[in-house]
Amino acid sequence: MADLSRTPSPSDARDDGLRSSWLARLGWLALFAYVVYALSILNFNVARMLAGLANAAELLGRMFPPLFSRADLRELMFAGLLESLQIAVLASAVGILVSLPLGVLAARNLMPAWLSWIARGVIMLCRSFHPIIVAILFVKAVGFGALAGILALIVASIGFIAKLFAEAIEEISLKQVEAVRATGAGFFNMLIFAVLPQVNARFIGFATYQLDSNLRNSTMVGIVGGGGIGGTLQAAFGRFDYDFVCAILITIIAMIMIGEILSQRLRAIFL
Amino acid sequence: MSGPVAIAEREWTRFTPAQRIGRWLTYLLAIAAVVWAVRTVEVIPEFLLDAPQQVADLFRRMWPIDWAHYYQANGLGVHHALVETLHIATLGTIMAAGLALPVALLAARNVTPFAPANFFAKLILVSSRSVNSLVWALLFVAVFGPGPLAGTFAIAFRSIGFVGKLLGEALEETGKGAIEALEATGASKANILRMGYWPAVRPAFWSIVVFRWDINVRESAVLGLVGAGGIGMVIDTALNTFRWDRVALALISILAVVLVAEVLVTFVRKRIL
Repeated sequence: MADLSRTPSPSDARDDGLRSSWLARLGWLALFAYVVYALSILNFNVARMLAGLANAAELLGRMFPPLFSRADLRELMFAGLLESLQIAVLASAVGILVSLPLGVLAARNLMPAWLSWIARGVIMLCRSFHPIIVAILFVKAVGFGALAGILALIVASIGFIAKLFAEAIEEISLKQVEAVRATGAGFFNMLIFAVLPQVNARFIGFATYQLDSNLRNSTMVGIVGGGGIGGTLQAAFGRFDYDFVCAILITIIAMIMIGEILSQRLRAIFL
Repeated sequence: MSGPVAIAEREWTRFTPAQRIGRWLTYLLAIAAVVWAVRTVEVIPEFLLDAPQQVADLFRRMWPIDWAHYYQANGLGVHHALVETLHIATLGTIMAAGLALPVALLAARNVTPFAPANFFAKLILVSSRSVNSLVWALLFVAVFGPGPLAGTFAIAFRSIGFVGKLLGEALEETGKGAIEALEATGASKANILRMGYWPAVRPAFWSIVVFRWDINVRESAVLGLVGAGGIGMVIDTALNTFRWDRVALALISILAVVLVAEVLVTFVRKRIL
């Protein structure tokens, strides 16, 4: 216990978040120095910024009004969007189905150490690269098209859902597990009646989050040849068809927002 | 009908009929979506058949890894690009933090009790998050030309939504006590922000920023694929010239940096929170 009768001395003054300490000032100074240094390293300067502003104004001028009227382009856009949707749906479905057993295998409280380490290794491998980089590798393996995008997003889904699912299982209360075991239940009955009910809600949360995430990424894998609207978008950028770019962007954002509302509904139904 | 007998005879179910219908409809919808996607997706089976050969070819081309390409005196090697990637991620995060601060203040209903301003701020945050960083990169390449400037802006604009949303939520969770005490002293709005809100959200702020930096290190590694600078440019060049041994080197370098960043961030976040 602190001696309350003692008068506080200046050395008692801790960092209470109100006074800025010398250390904090030094930190801000270091941050400022870094920004100046990094800006000079990367050749940023006022002239480029100003030129950029002029370009931005021109770009915006050419983006609006967005070009929705040409039937051939509209068809191209919807074909791309549909493919993105297919990629997202299939990648989510397969990713969720694979994550379920893999997450159980990776949970250290249910599995022998050697098995959970193998499963954790697989999950870590899936998590280690950005989906776009994984898509590059799959484009090489299975060629251009939707399949490469689907496989890349399956990998991303496994990395996310299985990891969090395994962590959720590791946090369960073991009381139910013991109770079910005491009835003489086998491993699968234990899993179904003691483990899964405890993590069901969280699994649905992870899965719907990944569904959103896959929808976003499915519009991007096309940039490296993985199918979907991304290829169309990049081609439109390359041809400087900025009004068409704007139309695609608006449609992508609309699709993502509808997807988010849907997955919120989904969570409301199941949670 | 009432009384204990009726209650005992009542059939107990876990879900209401509406809930049950909702669940079945969702299952049905999910299965229908998968069936639709499987039947309509364009997959060329011939490509799948030679996938094993292609993968074998991929690894054969990746090996031996072109370690000599790590450091090139002309600045085209992996090392320079990697440093550039880190600068893009860090500068972009700093810029995002600065830009997100006012937006978060506007978005927090207790700081700005003015609904149209909240709505406007939320609109900025949502549009920032809805556009993927690669799309931001494509846009900024069109604005600034290819290079790390475009990448930095792309990272910054994508991160505003993330940092602003979480910071706004942290601001809304601030306890009223300190704020009311400050108001009672007649403190100005600026002083309430500086002495009331800032100390309350400071740990959350740094934690969010550091977390986003970790994500940005990963994201800035791919921006180069659309010309926005960093290690992605090296990968792009190597891909276009089929130098898979260089791609392998770049991938290993990215992996190393991402792992170091993750360890660093975990350590820093433990110290902050």
